[in-house]
Amino acid sequence: MSETITRAPRRSGPARRVGDVVFSGTSRASASLILFILAAVAIFLIANAIPAFRADPADITGGEGFFSYVWPLVAGTVIASIIAMVVATPIAVGIALFVSHYASRRIGQTIGFVVDLLAAVPSVVFGMWGMQVFAPKLVPFFGWLEDNLGFLPFFADGSATGRTLLTAALVLAVMILPIITSVSREVFVQTPRLHEEAALALGATKWEMIRTAVIPFGTPGVIGGTMLGLGRALGETMAVAIILSPGPFTWNLIGTGNKTIPSEIALNFPEAAGLRLSELIAAGLVLFALTLAVNLIARWIVDRRSEFSGAN
Amino acid sequence: MSTPTQERTTGPRMDHELDHLRGVVPSPVRPAPPHLSLMVLGGAVLATLLLHLALGRSLVLSVVIGYLLYVVGVNVAYRLTAGARVATDHTMRALIYGAFVLAIIPLISLLWTVVENGGATALNPDFLQQTMNGVTGVHDKAYVEDGAPMVGGAYHAIIGTLIITGIAALISIPVGLFTAIYLVEYGGLNRLSRAIRFLVDVMTGIPSIVAGLFAFALFGVLFGVGTKNGVAGAVALSVLMIPTVVRNSEEMLRIVPNELREAALALGVPKWRTIAKVVLPTAASGLASGITLAIARVIGETAPLLVAVGFTRVLNVNPADGPMNNLALYAYYMFTRPLNPGYRDPSIERAWAAAVLLVICVIALNLLARLIAKFFAPKTGS
Repeated sequence: MSETITRAPRRSGPARRVGDVVFSGTSRASASLILFILAAVAIFLIANAIPAFRADPADITGGEGFFSYVWPLVAGTVIASIIAMVVATPIAVGIALFVSHYASRRIGQTIGFVVDLLAAVPSVVFGMWGMQVFAPKLVPFFGWLEDNLGFLPFFADGSATGRTLLTAALVLAVMILPIITSVSREVFVQTPRLHEEAALALGATKWEMIRTAVIPFGTPGVIGGTMLGLGRALGETMAVAIILSPGPFTWNLIGTGNKTIPSEIALNFPEAAGLRLSELIAAGLVLFALTLAVNLIARWIVDRRSEFSGAN
Repeated sequence: MSTPTQERTTGPRMDHELDHLRGVVPSPVRPAPPHLSLMVLGGAVLATLLLHLALGRSLVLSVVIGYLLYVVGVNVAYRLTAGARVATDHTMRALIYGAFVLAIIPLISLLWTVVENGGATALNPDFLQQTMNGVTGVHDKAYVEDGAPMVGGAYHAIIGTLIITGIAALISIPVGLFTAIYLVEYGGLNRLSRAIRFLVDVMTGIPSIVAGLFAFALFGVLFGVGTKNGVAGAVALSVLMIPTVVRNSEEMLRIVPNELREAALALGVPKWRTIAKVVLPTAASGLASGITLAIARVIGETAPLLVAVGFTRVLNVNPADGPMNNLALYAYYMFTRPLNPGYRDPSIERAWAAAVLLVICVIALNLLARLIAKFFAPKTGS
């Protein structure tokens, strides 16, 4: 009896072939694998980090427990990334506008390609460039900052090598420029042509057109791109590891000192063992949580803004 | 979340909508003299040159001052002749062009530095064919002091890069492609596919070093703590590569016109054959270029390999056994830990040469992706 019941829908539905079953099974399995990988990333990091959380505070590097060990790293990471974001965003929006509304189509495409290329340059190359070429060039600028703004704690004492947190942050800014630019360019290009033409027809100058039609339309995209760039900057390892000469936390941005989580891991991991290893993995877990939070906030902002930007 | 939607229908909402229009004062615009901005530019260049010759400070400083003079000059000149609105327009134009030039400078400086420092060494056949096996600081000292030939190269690193990236691609391409197929062809908007889209976004944001830590921890559990080998590195790179492949492929599959699928299905073609014979070939060029870009993205990764693969000076072609080398890692170690701290130059030269090879790889892959997308794009029938 049950046979007839199970057979009936089969006959009316589409035929199930072996190929279909295999193909849809494979694609479903691949998709589920992603769930599995992310869960595995979280589980393995947590499992390996637990010894560092539970260890006797005296055994942790610095001797005062994991929290005291990790907060200067978090502070360094966040400061460098925020400086990078603040420096890169206006420039990136400028380039995106240049490509989408000022340059000719041909030139715009070429620049787009160059920007993509900049995004693909390996970070170790940026690091080598930053240390060998960029850092020495910044030394006189740091001297100027120290002389004129030295009363601020950020510019108290200039470094002679230029291998400081500010240098690292500026190199990070160059590195995240392409990602913010390409996201912004993509949304600027999608501005409805009618909005732009309406603004121009009302007698707006080009900038007024951009301000009234393009920028309001593109703001969620720009914010999303900026946050993506921030996430990239938070996790950027090699450039900071090469440029920064590490030291304890200090507010002084133009002197030796400060570390970031990724550079701390990269510099110490090859020689680490035992508890030190799980300390570094725990620091990695903190970094993972930090970037995850930034990415979720970015998503939330983009979703929320797109609801009432009206143009979508 | 709900308040803004309610406001939309009421009066005050209109004011809010027009917020961004505030400040556009409809004032008359007078015609400006032709080539005014060029004249200002000429003036600014002249002033910069004079300033530079007179003060003799650094060229960078003079150029920065000259640019600021130009921006202010343009604003004033147009304000006097054409009115405030045109002045703002031209000032913003100057700033936007300035932003563009500012961003190009580091790129040119970077490429120039790479080519200048590593170009000659990278083209040296010895560098491409030798490993660092047995090369010590003594050789570097001889190279600097006695003019002995440069010994030691990046052959092992090149092979390592190819093997590790190759395995990563072998893992990521099928997984990424089938996930994209699931999202577009099977999942639609169901719960699993929505969850996966979200998680792919999350995965895109995983810092590369965290991917390395994950692979290290995973292999530590599977094969004993401290296992570092090429496969672990490939797994770490896959974590970074899969989301890129999924994203790019999903986009490409989505733009395949639905009519093609419907036509095939209407002829009685099974769904899997429709996907394999109609959808994938139509999107092939886009898929290939997306995958090439994903490879370009991971080929220069250093941090995950530093953590998961370790480092060696000898050629190791077995990815399942012991540390390997990789171009990016090779550049990093040569740059930060020279063989002979007293004679750093040869090591730094090797590092830059490895950087040249990496940059060439990246540029070649990017160009390849462009060419694939351009020349193998499906013909649009008229």
